[in-house]
Amino acid sequence: MLPFTRVTGAAAPLLLPNVDTDVIIRMDRLTGGGDLARCALEPLRFLPDGSPNPRCVLNEPRFAGAPILLAGVNFGCGSSREPAVTALLALGIRCVIAPSFGDIFQANCYRNGMLPIELPQSRVEALAAESRDGEFQVDLAAQRVTTPSGVAVPFAIDALQREALLEGLDEIGLTLKHADEIAAWQERDREARPWVWRIPKPEL
Amino acid sequence: MARTLFAKIWEPHVVRDLGDGWALLHVDRQLLHDLSGPPALGELHRRKLAVRNPELTFAVPDHAISSAPGRNAEPGQLGGRLRGALQSRAAAAGIRFFDLGQRGQGIVHVMGPELGLVLPGLTLICGDSHTCTNGALGALAFGVGNSESAHALATQTLRQRRPKEMRVRFEGALAPGVSAKDLVLHAIAALGAAAGSGHAIEWAGSAIRALSIEGRLTICNLSVEIGAKAGLVAPDETTFDYLRGRLFAPQGDDFERAVVHWRELASDSDARFHRDEAIDATRVAPMVTWGTSPEHAIPIDAAIPAPASQRDPATRRAAEAALEYMGLEPGRRIAGTKIDWVFIGSCTNSRLSDLREAAALVRGRRVAAGVTAWVVPGSEEVKRAGEREGLDEIFRAAGFEWREPGCSLCVGRQGPGARTHLASPAMAAAAALAGELCDVRGL
Repeated sequence: MLPFTRVTGAAAPLLLPNVDTDVIIRMDRLTGGGDLARCALEPLRFLPDGSPNPRCVLNEPRFAGAPILLAGVNFGCGSSREPAVTALLALGIRCVIAPSFGDIFQANCYRNGMLPIELPQSRVEALAAESRDGEFQVDLAAQRVTTPSGVAVPFAIDALQREALLEGLDEIGLTLKHADEIAAWQERDREARPWVWRIPKPEL
Repeated sequence: MARTLFAKIWEPHVVRDLGDGWALLHVDRQLLHDLSGPPALGELHRRKLAVRNPELTFAVPDHAISSAPGRNAEPGQLGGRLRGALQSRAAAAGIRFFDLGQRGQGIVHVMGPELGLVLPGLTLICGDSHTCTNGALGALAFGVGNSESAHALATQTLRQRRPKEMRVRFEGALAPGVSAKDLVLHAIAALGAAAGSGHAIEWAGSAIRALSIEGRLTICNLSVEIGAKAGLVAPDETTFDYLRGRLFAPQGDDFERAVVHWRELASDSDARFHRDEAIDATRVAPMVTWGTSPEHAIPIDAAIPAPASQRDPATRRAAEAALEYMGLEPGRRIAGTKIDWVFIGSCTNSRLSDLREAAALVRGRRVAAGVTAWVVPGSEEVKRAGEREGLDEIFRAAGFEWREPGCSLCVGRQGPGARTHLASPAMAAAAALAGELCDVRGL
């Protein structure tokens, strides 16, 4: 997995609540083999005729390729599609800062080298207020966002997720080291709940 | 110590405590569909990893397949290609596959409960956010992305942070014309689309206990639309009666032994939740959405709210954008909004009771001129049962199209610019007849 250590650059303010994964990437774009970056946040970035939407902040030149996205509450709600994360990565985004996330989207972030940071709404708004003033820095090891004016905003992240992102760890490989424990659990469960394991095999 | 239903499932499934609130959690069942299965199984293939427990994994095409009457395997189409990929990868891994036209095929969240693949006390995952549907049977079920799906295929576990716990109690009897869909839309509108974020929700109270399993499946289905990872209903006699005799449910003594275990799962009476909400079910009206989020739901006899009534600026902007997208005026009544397409189906509302509810309204009437109306049964079983009792004839006679089971219009098929209103099957049927959103209680 792509490791995440430190990112420096613009932070694009997109503080709409409940931006769902359909907005992040449309289902029919997933299977078409198209350009993921072009399709990311498409209904916000482009008008129905395909031209860039001049009202969308992501189309301001200063936010082109911005590695940080400042987002609204419940960002990434909706479907479980993992390409919602990879589409944002394709757009150059490595870190999303929001008051809350769709649970599955957030889980998908950790598995793809995207850092989802939860901060209170007022904090996200304060960051957005500085978004046109210059570069931000997100430092995962230090668990700190630094604004253009030099304000340091600490953030919390579970140690497990922090380590996995910093090191770019492969979760499957890590878990397979516990294969014996999994086997032992299953053996005990077969005794305790045999019906879970004796699944009928009817002809249909 | 008093424990919740959620805790009674979560805790025994912890294979290893990973610290910091994280656990390696055993996955008792995984369901694969045509969009999620091929990439997850492909990932294992690429890494030369075996599926650890193929006997606990089941596969069914639903998302990309056509719901057109008389469909075939469609080898040249996307749906046909993905179906073929799922079938061949499942076969190579020893995973049971339910094919088109076969009993068992259907929307993954409809066929799982229907076949008895989902049981109380199980942990179950699937690569689709509406996997929370299965919690209606007292299982801990949630959606995952492809990476987590592959992790579970390879290890039969997931690395999970224990969510917080929330309870929503609906007390009292439902008014005529009000269904499970209205209850849950009411809850989402009242509490907000992010209310359950980071939580597992237990849906409880006398109104939930009085619901059939199909109604509970509708409620749990929309748990993710209130922001929750999972939704659960405590298993009870209704649950056991529903499961007894299902094709893949435990048989004979196994079933009775399981019931003894399942009776212990309900939350203890003094169990505590991080958040506890009560809703008066007697005051819930038929609901319909006016905007682009499920929280944009109002009673059918209400006026479209003015964005200015929202105190939070971001919520206000979202409401304004939603009204602009939907082409609606605040202050106007939502009833009377013209519609030109009606879809009765989806993992929320495509079960036999849903189709019966809609058919009862439609019988002897006609779909309004200019309206395209579809009924898409949730599964092959639902389709066959519906046909046995003549529902297909009732719908066809009224001008509906009776289609093949699958996700249909919910999966990218409405196209950009579509303006969608969510409502119960009865409300959707009423709208098809009137050509506009209307109050089902007036029919």
